Amino acid sequence: MGVFDPIIELSKGLGETLRSFLFEKTVTYQYPEEKRPVRPRYRGRHVLKRYDNGLEKCIGCSLCAAACPADAIFVESAENTDEKRFSPGQRYASTYEINMLRCIYCGFCEDACPTEAIVLGDNYELSFTDRRQAIYPKEMLLEPVATVEMTTPRKVDAGVFTRSVPEMQNPSD
Amino acid sequence: MTKQVTLSINGITVTVPDGTLIADAAKMAGIDIPVFCHHPKLEPVGMCRMCLVEVGRPMLDRATGQVVMENGQPKIQFMPKLETACTNRVSDGMVVMTTTDKALDGQKGTVEFLLTSHPLDCPVCDKGGECPLQNLTMAFGPGQSRFIYDEKAHFEKQVPLGDLIWLDRERCIQCARCIRFQDEVAGEAVLGFDERGRNTQIISLSEPGFDSVFSGNTTDICPVGALTTADFRFGARPWELKAQASICTQCPVGCNTTLNTRREAKAGGDIVVKRVMPRQNEEVNEIWLCDKGRFTYHFTESKKRLTRPLVRKEDKLARASWDAATKLAAENFAKSKKDFVVLASGRLANEDLFNLKSLADTAGGTTILYSNMGGGDLTALVGVGQGTNIGKMGKGDAILVVASDLYQEAPIWWLRVKQAADRGATLIVANARETKLDKFAKFVIRYAQGDESKAVNNLSNKGKIADEFAKAKNAIVFYGNDGLSLSDTASLSSACATLLKETDHAGRPNNGLVAVWERVNDQGAWEIGFRPEPDLEKALKGKVVYIAGADPVGDDPALAKALKGAKFVAVQDILETATTEVADVVFPAQAYTEREGTFTSGERRVQRFYAAVPVKGDAKPDYAITAQVAKQMGVILEGSSASVVFDILSNSLEAFTDLSYDKLAETHGQWPIVGRGDLYYGGTTYENTQGLGVQLVPTAQAGGTVRIPKVRKEAALRPKENELLAVPVTKLYDHGVTVSSSAALLGQWVGEPTVTLHPMAAKNLGVEAGARVKISLNGVNAEVVVKIDDTISAGVALVPRSMGIAIREPVVARVLLAGKVK
Repeated sequence: MGVFDPIIELSKGLGETLRSFLFEKTVTYQYPEEKRPVRPRYRGRHVLKRYDNGLEKCIGCSLCAAACPADAIFVESAENTDEKRFSPGQRYASTYEINMLRCIYCGFCEDACPTEAIVLGDNYELSFTDRRQAIYPKEMLLEPVATVEMTTPRKVDAGVFTRSVPEMQNPSD
Repeated sequence: MTKQVTLSINGITVTVPDGTLIADAAKMAGIDIPVFCHHPKLEPVGMCRMCLVEVGRPMLDRATGQVVMENGQPKIQFMPKLETACTNRVSDGMVVMTTTDKALDGQKGTVEFLLTSHPLDCPVCDKGGECPLQNLTMAFGPGQSRFIYDEKAHFEKQVPLGDLIWLDRERCIQCARCIRFQDEVAGEAVLGFDERGRNTQIISLSEPGFDSVFSGNTTDICPVGALTTADFRFGARPWELKAQASICTQCPVGCNTTLNTRREAKAGGDIVVKRVMPRQNEEVNEIWLCDKGRFTYHFTESKKRLTRPLVRKEDKLARASWDAATKLAAENFAKSKKDFVVLASGRLANEDLFNLKSLADTAGGTTILYSNMGGGDLTALVGVGQGTNIGKMGKGDAILVVASDLYQEAPIWWLRVKQAADRGATLIVANARETKLDKFAKFVIRYAQGDESKAVNNLSNKGKIADEFAKAKNAIVFYGNDGLSLSDTASLSSACATLLKETDHAGRPNNGLVAVWERVNDQGAWEIGFRPEPDLEKALKGKVVYIAGADPVGDDPALAKALKGAKFVAVQDILETATTEVADVVFPAQAYTEREGTFTSGERRVQRFYAAVPVKGDAKPDYAITAQVAKQMGVILEGSSASVVFDILSNSLEAFTDLSYDKLAETHGQWPIVGRGDLYYGGTTYENTQGLGVQLVPTAQAGGTVRIPKVRKEAALRPKENELLAVPVTKLYDHGVTVSSSAALLGQWVGEPTVTLHPMAAKNLGVEAGARVKISLNGVNAEVVVKIDDTISAGVALVPRSMGIAIREPVVARVLLAGKVK
């Protein structure tokens, strides 16, 4: 090895740094002022979805809780009436809680859901100051509604929303 | 012994009794043949076609009738088409193939076809997770359907079939298990099919809907989610539930149950009982449970539960520490000497009663059983022998039911006695009035009110009925207190015991005397030494009374008055009652769901129950409370562990010798197989893994001397001209605390207090059925609804117990018409 070899290697490296500094776009995000967009299939905080008419998609079947490998979900169900309707069909989730400290964001709950009610969203900014706050109740998970008339529970016409699971379709292919 | 038949199923050689169905034979060999309509407790019908298998039989030579041999083996001839394993019985040399392509194709086709009209709403179905249709679809289904989803037949979603059962007609696969259960097992054909083809649906044929106390069992054997209970509706998913073995506390049958529990937000984060399921014990309740046992567990979670010890201060009950409360009671008990009275009921476990008895004996006090029935000493003498199983009784056996309305008093006994009669046993029913068991009886003896002992004594004489009873291979006598007083039952039990002894029907299995007690552990209380007291008022007046598990004040104004005159009253109970209100000290006890213990059933089977849910408040088990009071009095009793109390008990009582908690927890294999993964076969009844219990050996079987004391029958109160004799009868759903906590669920089944009159008596009084009248007995007036029954005597009026009218024994009553119209 020659005497000048270390100097050559060093200047090669510094040259790369100089090239990157002068000609490349910066990759650093100034979080939290600037937020990095997430991928479409990113698995962030859960959202309980609604139908277009505002009724909750969740029917309280507890399959998400059964699928959850971390035992982070707790569901309790009750019966809908046309006077106080939360979701289509007979059954709705009267209690729906996710312990965000336990959740490993694997998305199994999404896969298990028969009505596509629970979806892992793009929110990754979860913070709590104590463990109790990490348990998100249904009110926090539910998607907000556009208008007041769409809130649940609400009074609906009798005999319209009789089925829990959306009508099944024939396989199309 | 029945002939044994050897056949081959999937290449495995199986030997089973002749007449066994192929499906059952396969199950015995551990081979699964999928079934929906077939149930081992029901007659085969072959309705669902799920059990299609290939069946081959040895070919017979037409000329000689000999088996055709081929290469030294019998030549097997397979039928060209598949056969149903649930309707074909086994035969020698039969070859059954359940997993050939042909058989699997047939099973796959059946599932596909059954699903053409099934809504597949498993996520909202209460059966989802323990559903045979789900399981068999996964195991044997095609995975994909060739049928069009849009063409599914749709009905309106769930409709109530009765107060307790919901029906979803879309989910029904028309296996008729529920209809067949009601027809064949329960003997109450209240369900049926309506319409045809795809519109076929289950309907209730009765008014009110599903009029049967066995309705809950149909939800257990329903192989889909068509029948579900109103109680568990959307309660939880089955896989989220924990299971713990228990014993039903509603009647002396002692049905084995499983408590399903879950932590619940609705209950404030507590672990609560979500449902009660039957647990298999073929010698007690088989796989069944009556609706009272299934739905009236809510009292353990009642808002009226006592959670803290209370002590009376300035005329008010105030919270106190355990130490202070027990000390106060102990001081009063200790200074009372001979005036110390322990009044306990058969609601308590053996351990509790044993500690109470020990305390009273040591302190020089007396013990009284809060009951209106006698004869527990005789059931210990000539009770049913160890190994008794009513389910094995049939042709050549006899069962006598005297002065008991089993349907209302002990429904599962009713069911099993009825089934024994179906199998050919001679059923003799003796009662002063018509009961539901009459139509299954070979002989019905109708005696005049007050003649029950005479009727039984007559069976010792010659006569058709007497002969048949005497000649029977085995005979069991059930006696109750339908319309009787304490002294009546004492003489009746003596008459029954004498009859059994004279006809040599004692000291063997399936022979002996069974008392249809009022409470779950009355038999245990007798074994431990508690006896009922004919003159309870006198026994309580001016005494220092320790009441456990009884509500005399709420039951009878006369007893309330007597207790007012008591020097000191300590009450130990799980719920607030009228008696706790007058108490000087109240001890909160744990419910049977919260603690361990044992009960002795009417058939003298000692069975264990286990703790399933956490303790409410500061409540303690009854035996521990007694031990703590005893400690304050300077008496050392075991109070820390139920099993240790039981060990001491088994050491001091001869009948319980050698028994221990371990022994009571032993199990052995039972047929049919239920629970486990075999939900499709026997239903969702739980498998028994926590103990079948042990039946006590009666003196007659142990070889001891049997001397039946003669009980002189007191002159019976007879109805006189223009007089009504009110007699107490038992109603299943009464106004007792255990039932009223579930009143919202039971709805119309509880009803109002009634008085049942003969049409003549009603006519004389000028009242009709449904009229409201006032009835006056023992100087107390009560408003009741008139019912008419033409099978009772004209001078007798039936008044149900525990319906708000104090009646302990037959008494002359007046019906006041003043309050008739309202």
